Amino acid sequence: MNALSRGQLGPGVLAVVLGLFLVVFLVVPVAKVIYVAFQDPNTGALTLVNFADFFKTSLFQESFINSLYVAAMSVVLSSIFALPLAYFTTRFNFGGSVIIQTLGIVPLIMPPFVGAVAMALLFGSNGSVNLLLDEWMGFTIPFMEGLNGVIFVESVHYFPFILINLSAALANIDRSMEESAQNLGSSGFRLFRRIVFPLAMPGYIAGASLVFLKVFDDLGTPLLLNINNMLAPQAYLRITSIGISDPMGYVISVILVACSLLALWTSFLAMKGKDYATVQKGGGGLSKRELRGWERVACYTVIIVILLLVLSPHIGLTLLSFGTVWSFSVLPDAFTWAHYATVFETSMQYVNNTLLYAGLAALIDVIFATAIAYIVWRTQLAWRQWLDYAAMGAVAIPGVVIGIGYLRTFYDFNVPFIDKPLATWWVIIVVALAIRRLPYALRACVAALQQVSEALEEAAENLGATKSRTVRRIVVPLMTGGILAGFITSFATASVELSATIMLVSAESDAPLAYGIYEFMQSASGRGPGAALGIIAVVIVGVATYLSHLFIERRREAHAPEIAVPAGA
Amino acid sequence: MNFRTKTRLWLAGIGLSVTTALMAPLAALAAEQKLVVVTSYPPDTTETVKKAFEAKHPGIQVEMLKKKTTAGIKYLQETSGNNTSDLFWASAPDAFEVLKGDGLLQKYQVKVSGIPEKVGAFPINDPDGYYKGFAASGYGIMWNTRYLKAKKLPVPGTWAELADPVYHGHVGMSAPSRSGTTHLTVETLLQGKGWEEGWAEWKRIAGNFKTVTERSFGVPDGVNSGQFGVGIVIDFFGLSSKASGFPVDFIYPPVTTLVPANIAIVTNAPHREAASAFIEFLLSPEGQEVLLDPKIRRLPVNPASYAKAPKGFPNPFKDKSIGAAVKFDLQLSKSRYNVINSLFDVMVTYRLDDLRAATKAIQDAEAKAKGKSNANADAMIAEARALVAMVPIDATKASEKEFNAIFKKKRKKATTKVTGRQAEIEQEWDEMVKANYAKARSLAEKAASML
Repeated sequence: MNALSRGQLGPGVLAVVLGLFLVVFLVVPVAKVIYVAFQDPNTGALTLVNFADFFKTSLFQESFINSLYVAAMSVVLSSIFALPLAYFTTRFNFGGSVIIQTLGIVPLIMPPFVGAVAMALLFGSNGSVNLLLDEWMGFTIPFMEGLNGVIFVESVHYFPFILINLSAALANIDRSMEESAQNLGSSGFRLFRRIVFPLAMPGYIAGASLVFLKVFDDLGTPLLLNINNMLAPQAYLRITSIGISDPMGYVISVILVACSLLALWTSFLAMKGKDYATVQKGGGGLSKRELRGWERVACYTVIIVILLLVLSPHIGLTLLSFGTVWSFSVLPDAFTWAHYATVFETSMQYVNNTLLYAGLAALIDVIFATAIAYIVWRTQLAWRQWLDYAAMGAVAIPGVVIGIGYLRTFYDFNVPFIDKPLATWWVIIVVALAIRRLPYALRACVAALQQVSEALEEAAENLGATKSRTVRRIVVPLMTGGILAGFITSFATASVELSATIMLVSAESDAPLAYGIYEFMQSASGRGPGAALGIIAVVIVGVATYLSHLFIERRREAHAPEIAVPAGA
Repeated sequence: MNFRTKTRLWLAGIGLSVTTALMAPLAALAAEQKLVVVTSYPPDTTETVKKAFEAKHPGIQVEMLKKKTTAGIKYLQETSGNNTSDLFWASAPDAFEVLKGDGLLQKYQVKVSGIPEKVGAFPINDPDGYYKGFAASGYGIMWNTRYLKAKKLPVPGTWAELADPVYHGHVGMSAPSRSGTTHLTVETLLQGKGWEEGWAEWKRIAGNFKTVTERSFGVPDGVNSGQFGVGIVIDFFGLSSKASGFPVDFIYPPVTTLVPANIAIVTNAPHREAASAFIEFLLSPEGQEVLLDPKIRRLPVNPASYAKAPKGFPNPFKDKSIGAAVKFDLQLSKSRYNVINSLFDVMVTYRLDDLRAATKAIQDAEAKAKGKSNANADAMIAEARALVAMVPIDATKASEKEFNAIFKKKRKKATTKVTGRQAEIEQEWDEMVKANYAKARSLAEKAASML
C-alpha cells in the first residue's frame, strides 16, 4: 500500500484545493498585514520591540484585561439567555417553538452597531427605560454605562450562536440515552445535568467558544458605545488615527489572533477524548413531554422575558424606523411611513446585493465546512488538522485587517475578461464574507459530524457503498440539521457584516445592506431611513430563517413521527 | 424520497436566484458617461447634490463612493496604480494636504467668479491650486433643548462656560485624532489661549465630558437622541439636525475657526471633463444654493447665495465676528499635528474616567470652599487644578521637528534616524498623567474633608 490509498485520493485532492483557497484568501493577505507587527517602525528591520512596548503600556494591559472580562461575562450572560430557550423548546411540547427558535436567532441578523444605537435609545442613561424609572421610581439603572453596555449589547447580539448550536445538539441526542437514564431512575434536573447537557456539550462548547471569540475581537459595539479601553478598538483606533504604518495596531491584531487561537485550542482540549457520537438515529432527538399548567405559565414567562430583552434592539429599531423625532423621550413624538418610502425609492439595491453576497458566501461556507469537517475528522491525511486551524483562524482576524490585506494583495491582480482589479470586483466581497463566516459553518458542521457515529459509515461501506456514495447518502443527510444551522448562521451574519466590506466596496451599486445602513446613520435625517433599512434586512433574513426551521422540522417529522411521552413519565 | 425532491427544489431555487442576481451588478457597467466621486459625506448631501447636478448635466451619471475621510485617503493611495476615481470630496483640508503630498491630486483652475479669497481668517482655496473650497464650516456648541430643560441647565455660550460644574457629565465631543475638524477646534483654542492655558481649559471642559465619541457624527447623534445634553460639533451637524426637526440648537462661540470643506480632481481621473463640470456646478450660484437645503445646511462660499438663506442662518461674510477672533496659524498647526492628537488621546480620551473623577472631586471641593476661608484647603485645590492641567511637554517640544518625526505616519527614508517610538513615549506620558489625576483627586478629596 502506498501512502495515498485509493480511499484517500479524493479527499486528498479536495484537501489541497481547500488548502490553496485558504492560503490565497486568508493566510497571504493576513500575513502581509501582520508582518508589520514585527517591523521596527523606524528602520523597517525585523524586531520584537513592538511587543515589548505593548506589554509595558498600562493602557494596553488594561485593554487586554477589559477585553477578557467582557468576553467572559458575555459568554455567561449569553448562556443565561440561550439555555432556557434551547432547552424548553426542544424538551417540551410547546406551542410556537418554531417561532421562538426563529425569534431567538433574529438578534444575529442586525449589525451590532445598529443594535447598539437602538439599545442606547431604550436602555441608555436617558433612554426610555431609565426615563420611565426616573419618573415613577426616582432612580435609574446604568445598563449601558461603560463595560456593562458592551457586555449587554454583545450578549444580546451573539447569544444565538449558543442557541443554534445547542438546539441542534439537543435535537440530535438519541432518545434511547434519555430513556435508559429514566429506566435507571434518573429524572428532572439530575437527568438534564448528568445525561442531556453532557450529550449536548459539543454544541454548547461550539457556541460558547464562538461567542467568546466574536466578543473578544468585536469592534463595532465598543466603538459605538465609545468604549476605547479594549483591545479591538485600540487596534482600530491605532490603525485609523495614527496611520496604517503604526505597528501597535498590528501588534494588537497579532495578540487578538493568538488569544482567539488559544481559546479555540482550549475548547478542542475540553472535547478531546470524549465520544459524543450516538449510533442510533432512529429516535430523533429528545422525547418531548407535555407541560403541566403552572409549568407552562412559568416557562412562558421566562421565555417572554428573555425574548423581550433580546429583541429590544429590534423593538427600538422598529420605533425608530416609524418615528419622526425621538429625542429625550420615552417614545418618538409621532409616527410616519415616510422613512420606508425613502428606502424603497432609493435603496433597494442594497437589499439585492446583500441577498446575493450573503447567499453565495453561506453556500460556499457550508460546502467547504462539510468537506473540511469530513477531512479532519474522518480521514487520516497528514496535515489535515491544519485545514481546520486555518479555517478557524479566520474567526480571529479582525475584518478591517482582512479588508486592508485584500486591498494590498489583490489590487494589482486584474481579473481576466472583465479587466478590473480583483480587489474592486464585487466577487471579492463574497470571498471576504465567505472566509470570515466559514468558522461558523465549520463549527456547526463539526458538531453535527461528531454526533454521527463512524459505525454507520462502516456499515454502509460493508454493504458495498463507495466512499463518496457513503458521504453523499449517509453522512451528509445525517448532518443536514448542522449544515443548515451553519448555513443560517453564516448567511444571517454575513448579511450584516460591515468591517471588511467597508474597506472593499468600490462602487455604491455593489454595496451591501450594512454599508447602506451605516451611511444613513451618519446624518441627522438619515436615522429613520437607516432604521427602516435595518428592519427590512431583519424581516428578509428572519423569514429565510423561519423557512429553514420549518424545513428541518418537517424533515424530522417525516423521518420519525412524534411520540408524546406523558407528563411525569 | 420526499426529502430529496425538496432538497433539490431548494437548491435549484438558490441556483436560480444566484444566476439572476449575478446579472445585476454586471448591467451597471454599461453606462456611457460616468463620474466617480470618493466622498465622506452622508447620503443627505450626496443624493441631493447628485440629483441637482444630473438634472443640469443629463448625460453624466454620478457614482458616489462613500468612505470615511481616512479610509478614503487610504483607498486612493492603495488604488493609485490603477485609478478609477475622478473626484475627492470631503471636509478636512489636511486630508487634501496628505493626498497633495502623495501626488494624488491634479491642479484645476476654477472658471466661476465671485468667490472671495478668505472666509474668516482661512483661505478658501489651496494656494497651490490643487483643491477648492466649496463650503465653509466652523465648530460650535449644540444642545438639546428638552434635555437642558429637564435637567434645568442653562444654555452655554462660550467654551469656558462648558467647564462650569453644572455641565458635569452632560458634554460630548469627538477626539481630534478621529475627526479633522475636531482637531481644528482643539488647535484653535490652543492658539487662542496659548499652550498651557489652552490645555488647562480643554481639561476643565473634558472633565465634564460624558463621553468622547469615536465618530464625529457620534456627537450630534448623542445630542439628538438625548444621551447627553451638550455637544461640541461642526456647524452643519447642528444646523441640519435642527432642520430635521430635532429639539436642538446651535451657536458659534467667540473663539472658533471657519475652515473650507473641499473638492479636488484625482490624478489620472478617467473622466476629467465630467469632474470639472461637477466642480463648476458646485461653485456656481445654483450649486451653492443646494447647500442651503435643510438636510445639508452648510455655509456657501459664494456670498451671493446667502440671499436665499433662511432667516437667522449664519453668514460669515456679513457677520465678521464668526471665526475671526483667532488668527489661525496653519504652519504652527501643521508642525505639531500628530503630537496634539496623541496628547489629547493620552490625557483625555483614554483617561476620561480618571480625569472625570479628579474633576468631580475638585468641583465638589470648590463648591464646599465657597464662602469659607481656609487657606490650606484653597492651596490644595489650586494644586489639584494645576496637577490636572499639567501637560507632559511644552509648546517648543511639541513643534520640534525631530520629536514630531516619531509620530509621523510615514517613514520618509530608511536612513532617517528617529530615536524613540510613539508607543514608548505615550506610555511615559500616560504614567505621568494617570499619577497626576490620581493625586489631584486625593488632594481635592482631602481639601473637601477639611472644609
